[in-house]
This record gives sequence, structure tokens and C-alpha cells, in this order.
Amino acid sequence: MKQIYLDNNATTAVKPQVLEAMLPFYREQFGNPSSVHWAGRMVSGAIEKAREQVAAVLNCSPAEIIFVSCGSEGDNFAIKGTAEALRHKGNHIITTAVEHPAVLETCEYLEKNGFEVTYLPVNADGMLNLAELEDAITDKTILISAMWANNETGNLFPVDDIGKIARRHKVRFHTDAVQAIGKIPVDVEKAQVDILVLSGHKIGGPKGVGAVYLRRGTRMTRHMHGGHQERNRRAGTHNVAGIVGLGVACELATKNQQKDYVYVRHLRDKLEQGILSSIPDVKLNGHPDPDMRLPNTLNVSFNFIEGESLLLFFDMKGIAASSGSACTSGSLEPSHVMQAMGVDIVLAHSSVRFSFSAENTEEEVDYILAELPPIVQRLRDMSPLYQRNGPTPLECDECRMVHKAS
Amino acid sequence: MYTEKVMDHFSNPRNVGEIENANGVGEVGNASCGDIMKIYLKVEDNIIKDVKFKTFGCGAAIATSSMVTELAIGKTVDEALVLTNQAVAEALDGLPPAKMHCSNLAADALHEAIKDYKAKNS
Repeated sequence: MKQIYLDNNATTAVKPQVLEAMLPFYREQFGNPSSVHWAGRMVSGAIEKAREQVAAVLNCSPAEIIFVSCGSEGDNFAIKGTAEALRHKGNHIITTAVEHPAVLETCEYLEKNGFEVTYLPVNADGMLNLAELEDAITDKTILISAMWANNETGNLFPVDDIGKIARRHKVRFHTDAVQAIGKIPVDVEKAQVDILVLSGHKIGGPKGVGAVYLRRGTRMTRHMHGGHQERNRRAGTHNVAGIVGLGVACELATKNQQKDYVYVRHLRDKLEQGILSSIPDVKLNGHPDPDMRLPNTLNVSFNFIEGESLLLFFDMKGIAASSGSACTSGSLEPSHVMQAMGVDIVLAHSSVRFSFSAENTEEEVDYILAELPPIVQRLRDMSPLYQRNGPTPLECDECRMVHKAS
Repeated sequence: MYTEKVMDHFSNPRNVGEIENANGVGEVGNASCGDIMKIYLKVEDNIIKDVKFKTFGCGAAIATSSMVTELAIGKTVDEALVLTNQAVAEALDGLPPAKMHCSNLAADALHEAIKDYKAKNS
């Protein structure tokens, strides 16, 4: 059976050049880069080379890069490290309703510890109102955290404008750029970002490694205590092979971003137009202007069908995608991003995300466009909501009880 | 995640559809949770002759709907009333724990349809 991987916003395959570069660091170059002897010296240069490769993709200085274990750690560090370091200045944080859980749950944690958080709403297209952002800033505001690109819809936030607002009000600006790297140009100087987070496994690097850009002079409280690695900013023995892999993945991202944009954008647009023109009752989730989304991401709701069922039928045809339905979100509710955009509850359960990489082909898009319509029709024929006369039952007493209990 | 039996009933669901002139119809679930099941019954001489279902929901929701139709056909209405959601899940060799709350409603839908039948025929 064909295997078509269209879930690259979840994770990507490690690129062969990345793996090749990593392998020596599991074999002969096994040393701890903090050691003074030959084994340590053999690897410390590799860490610094990777730091330069990561800095190049962001347009910053290598000294401003801190290696961490993943995007979630980076977001935790950015937000908690700022909150503690600037507590004397204020206790207010501004973020958005559509952030990754690594940001949202960190903010919720801080709310239990004396911080106040504003969760900016988005409109039906998933976009912010920048006047509302500026109005939310008070003399207690210490941080604005807004993602560069949304993982579910691919929506691009106007980070350059957010950076200007933050700078004008002397508020620190953190952005989760995990989905943006390698897909669109990312420049921390242009966007006036103070802290940026990226992850290895979203860009053809290995899992278990990420990086934080921390603008020179940005005061942070340590979140990981122990050794003196990363200039005392993040304790823990370096994940040498992972860091080397991240470095190569960033170098490839710098080299290929423009070319890959054109290529995956063509595939995504073809799938988008193909689905919208051949299947009725499909809703595009995200900004209607494809320029305002990542080039690789398509999120659509196939009305009357629950997302997990669709994914399982896609899977039987070898197609790997993801969904924002409650069953696949691991909670009792559908995606918080769909809810923030005011997407109808059935359509939120029906949402499916296709996310491309440069490994995908046009032939794969043709295959999907041939396989999808009969699957969708089959599930619709099975659905009591399809061609229904009368209202859809919406409320669940039992679920409300579960929510109250938690 | 799912057992072979669940995947069998999900990929080849039995008794999908509606029954014209059904003498019992029941629906449970809601869009908030993402599962809605509707059961149609044809009852003759107190015996369930035919059952059909329509379901909006995940793999577990569709598989349990399919399984409950198989379990119910041929039973008397009172025998069918003692069928539990648990029994349906067991007939599928179990469901993942997360699915036991929201997606395991097929016996409830069957019971609603039987209540509807009894109300119409009392």
C-alpha cells in the first residue's frame, strides 16, 4: 500500500544529511563537551558549529542561541523565565487564544501564582486585532507571547507589527516559531523579537532537541538548575548528536526555504482547490488568503463527519493526516483553535489538517484527490446529521459534569 | 489503539442506514461530545426483526453502533433492553479507556428506540 505522509506539522522524517552528521556523535565522538580532555575537545567544536547554523536561520548572533530539549521546554523557559525575572516590574502577560498548549498551559500555571494573563481573541479567519493587543498593554505588562505561525491552520501572525508594538511600549516579545522555521523567512531583527523558540523535529531534525533565541541583554531566571552549560542559562549535559542534527537541519532550512516554499505551496494549493471544488460542504479553516498561511498547511472541515473516522479511513488508504476533533485532541473538547475562531461545533469535530513537506509529490496529491470523495460520501451516508430534518442535539449533561469535576 | 474486531466493524459496518416505517427510533449523543447515534427498529411479535443505524462519531462510535445491531437482531425487546454498553464493548474485545465515556452509547440508543416502540404500541 502507498504511504503518504501529510502530517509534517506534527513531526517530520529526519533528513538523510542530518542523520549522517549525527551518527559519529553516537560512536567515536562520544565525549562530554564540558570535559577538558581529548574526548571532550573532540565534540565541543561541533556544538559551536551547530550554534552558528541555528543563528544563521534566524539572523542573530550564535551567542544568543541556547540549546534546549524541545519546543515545549523553550516556551516554558521563555514565559516562566521572564515572569520570574520581571516580577518586580509587573505581573501581566498578554498572549492569544490560539497558542500551542506549551504556551497556554504555562500561562494558566502562572495565573495560579499571582500573574494575570490576557488571552487575545481571534476573528473567524483566526487573526488578531492589533488595536486590541495594544489596548491590552498596561504598566504591569511584562510579556507579549504570540506565535509566528499556527500549527493547526498555518495562519501567520503579523509578527513584525507585534514586535513594533511591543518595542514601542517597552514590553518583551516572545514568539513560538516552531512551525515557521524552514517554511517562511524568519528574521529576529526585522520582527524585533526578544525570545524565539524553535524545534528540531519539525524541520527534518531529530526529536528531543530545540533552541531558544534570547536577545543579548534579556534578563531571565534559570529554569533548569545544575551545571554551567549554555553559559549558566540551561543546565544539563548537551545532547550532542541532537544539537548537531538540529544545526544541519537549520542549515538546510536556510539553504532551501525559498525553493521549498514554492514547491510545497504548489502542492498545498492544488490539494486545497481540488478538495474545495470536488467535495460539497467543505469549510476552509484559517485565513482565506493563502498568502496569510504557511505554504504547507491546509485545514478543512468535512461537514457531517467526525474527524477521527475520516483519519482512520484515510489511514486505510495509506494517507496520514490529523484532526482537531475531541477524539484526536485527547480531551473531551475539539481543538481550542477551532473554538477560538468560532467554528461551529460539528465543523470543529470535522476538521482535518494536511501538512506537506518537500518530500511530498504531485502524484500523491492526485491520489488523495481521487481517494477522498468516496470516503467522505461513505461516512456522510452513515451520518445522522447529513441531510437531516430538524435540529442537531448540541448539549451534553454528562460532559458538563465531567468538566465541573476536573 | 483499537482491537481487530473494532476495526472490522468500523471498516465494514453492519446494518447501516434507515428503516422505512420503522416502529421504533432512538437517538442519543450530541454534537459537543462529537458522537450522535440513531437506531431504527423493525419489531414483529415482540421480536426485533431488523435494526439499522446512523452514527456521527469516531471509530469506536461507529463500531459499537454496528455491533449493537448484530447483538439485537433476533432478540425479544425485553432481552434487548438488558443489553448494556459494557456488553457491546466486550463483544468488540474492549475499547480504549478514553472511549468508554463518550463513544460507548450504542446500547443507550437501542434502549431509546425500544422505549419509542413501547410508547407507540402501548
